Amino acid sequence: MDFNDSPEEAAYRAKVREWLDANATLRDPDAPRANMLDEAEGDYVQKAKDWQLTKHEAGWACLRWPKEFGGQEATAMESVIFNQEEGRYEVPPSIYGIGHGMLGPTIMAHGTDDQKKRFLPNMVKGDEVWCQLFSEPDAGSDLAGLKTSAVKDGDDWIINGQKIWTTGAQFCKWGMLVARTDPNAVKHAGLTYFIVDMEAEGVDIRPIKQMSGASGFNEVFFSDVRVPDANRLDAVGNGWRVAITTLMNERSSIGGSLGGGVGIKDLVKLAQGVEINDKPAIEDGGVRRKIADFAVRRSGLKYTGQRSLSALSQGATPGPEASIGKLVAAIMGLEMGEFGMELQGAGGILTSDEAGADPAWQHTYMAMPGLRHAGGTDEILRNIIAERVLGMPGEPRMDKEKPFKDIPSGTAR
Amino acid sequence: MNFDFSEEQKLLQQTAKEFLEENSSLVHVREIFEADAGYSKALWKGAAELGWLGVSIPEEYGGAGFGYLEAAMIAGEIGAYLAPIPFSSTVYLAAEAIKRAGDDAQKTKYLTGIASGDLVGTMATTEKVGSLTEKSINATFDGSKLSGTKLPVCDGDEADFAIVLAKEGSGLSLVVVDLDAAGVERKKLQSLDPTRAQAQLTFNDASATRLGAAGEGWDLAQDVLTRAAVLMAFEQLGCADRAFQITFDFMMNRYAFGRPIASFQSLKHRMADLYADREVARSNCYWAAWALENDHEELREAAASAKISASDALDHTTVEMIQMHGGVGYTWEYDCHLFYRRGKVLAHTLGTTDEWREKLVTKLIEDAA
Repeated sequence: MDFNDSPEEAAYRAKVREWLDANATLRDPDAPRANMLDEAEGDYVQKAKDWQLTKHEAGWACLRWPKEFGGQEATAMESVIFNQEEGRYEVPPSIYGIGHGMLGPTIMAHGTDDQKKRFLPNMVKGDEVWCQLFSEPDAGSDLAGLKTSAVKDGDDWIINGQKIWTTGAQFCKWGMLVARTDPNAVKHAGLTYFIVDMEAEGVDIRPIKQMSGASGFNEVFFSDVRVPDANRLDAVGNGWRVAITTLMNERSSIGGSLGGGVGIKDLVKLAQGVEINDKPAIEDGGVRRKIADFAVRRSGLKYTGQRSLSALSQGATPGPEASIGKLVAAIMGLEMGEFGMELQGAGGILTSDEAGADPAWQHTYMAMPGLRHAGGTDEILRNIIAERVLGMPGEPRMDKEKPFKDIPSGTAR
Repeated sequence: MNFDFSEEQKLLQQTAKEFLEENSSLVHVREIFEADAGYSKALWKGAAELGWLGVSIPEEYGGAGFGYLEAAMIAGEIGAYLAPIPFSSTVYLAAEAIKRAGDDAQKTKYLTGIASGDLVGTMATTEKVGSLTEKSINATFDGSKLSGTKLPVCDGDEADFAIVLAKEGSGLSLVVVDLDAAGVERKKLQSLDPTRAQAQLTFNDASATRLGAAGEGWDLAQDVLTRAAVLMAFEQLGCADRAFQITFDFMMNRYAFGRPIASFQSLKHRMADLYADREVARSNCYWAAWALENDHEELREAAASAKISASDALDHTTVEMIQMHGGVGYTWEYDCHLFYRRGKVLAHTLGTTDEWREKLVTKLIEDAA
């Protein structure tokens, strides 16, 4: 049992470091870091594109992809090593996660040769950024309940409807969209998958202002948007199967950090700096027990990640333990935010540091309810663990047999 | 990297599982429980023959000479099968204390005796209800004789010898005492789980020898408890895994409202949470096993983290086990209460979860400085 690189992994890591040293600056590990796009500032899109091009030209982009599409055919572990090392440097926040991680592999699995040639190399190079157009106001956890329609018109399809929670839509060239092509078919059978030009006539992108005040997502409205049939991915009516391929590639951030920007050390320092009953809070038994419980969950998540990495390193697929990561991290993040505010007493509600408050906890408190929804709600994750990991039976369904048009959905008014 | 147990270690675990499946059935556990028999002599003999008792005792003292990772594999199965034997007292505590601090004569006598299955050992620290602190120790050792009272001592009624924490001059020392010697009185105490029996030991000028240097007893005891906590956490995790599996099997085969109760979302989500609790604990246990095997500086933090999360996971699992079984879960006839009892006893055996939280946070504050 060890955490050591194998000789091959160590050699690869050294090669990665050598290149990063020559092309980027090491960052201060204690400096706060934007970990969501809505926290990124300035011309981060151009910076991200420049960095991607630099990586591409040096052969460090889309490491796991086949060489014919611009990848390097590296192992999963090599890709993880690059990400670990890249994370130690000052680099722009990535805008390619969805494209490179989910949409590229979907095109590889379901696209025609022409589609692969047209789209994949540009995706690697980074000048075309991609977004995912799945969720709708009435179709979130129940994704197959989506209503955006696609109607055939000659060699084109006409798209009408609304998508939501689209990360990065404002700077993306292409979107992957699932639409309903047959409302008379049963729910999962009437869907088709399309590649949509986000700059096309009739596409209207509006940022969503989140409860935190930030805007990391968009709504995208489609009004008679024409999509050529050549940009249909896989067969008409096969959209659900293609969407599953996309979602299966939604990797939990193996080897990455989880939870807000606040850590156990920050919590200890905060508790040392404030008082309870005229004594430092860190001397209070209740405070001490809570800190211990956060630390135990944090280390449990950290070493769960190490177990997954280990499986990769051994050439195996990470086990189901990876599925707990976001569930545990988001709930813990929220609780840590609340606790950090509690320690600051009346000042815990202040959101700037001008009066001596430490607003990192307040910001965590405002950010974490979003993380509990993003990438699968807590409830969906629990269903996935119960049904797919543990093998418990699914719910009885009332939406499987009828034509889609006869199934109630959305909010009754 | 290979942050996992080796194939050989997993094979050892499989062997242990098969042996206990055969020799530590819940029917057998119940026999020991209801007869108030202390522990299963037959199972103990089998464990000795398989080399489990000397798993991490060096070969020169008759042990198998393995490391702690092998011990962790066995501990998990001991927990899963509620094995009614003084394994933790003898292997995690007594053998470990002798290994860490014993002189050659002590090692020859006790380690050899443990490995062969002839000696059962235990460790006696607490003297009264409440938490263990240096000031709470009143037993005294004068260089050759031990006096005072210890309670509750796990397996104290059956053990052949005990490692005892006592005052010596102005400090504390660890001493080893044979429990059939003159001046030792034993009294069985009623407790939650009679298969992990508790006793009160009273010493009146009983002959004892010091383990390690005078005045180093507290640090030594903490060191032994820390190391034992890692193996105990594996035992607790094994216990939680099996309690979960029994509950899962019940839910898949129990029908209500025309469906298996395992199909109800209110229960599925709680099972998912129990799964997450155990994975958090399992990962902390792996970290602690690695730190123990490598004598790494993170051991204190890792051991406390493993112990806390395994205790919490086991507590949550056994409480839900009873609830999810419905009314029968509260009967004597169903086995839920065996896990509920054992789980709580394991959580308290090396110090309570809150005591481990205190140890962990003390270390975190040191690290943050």
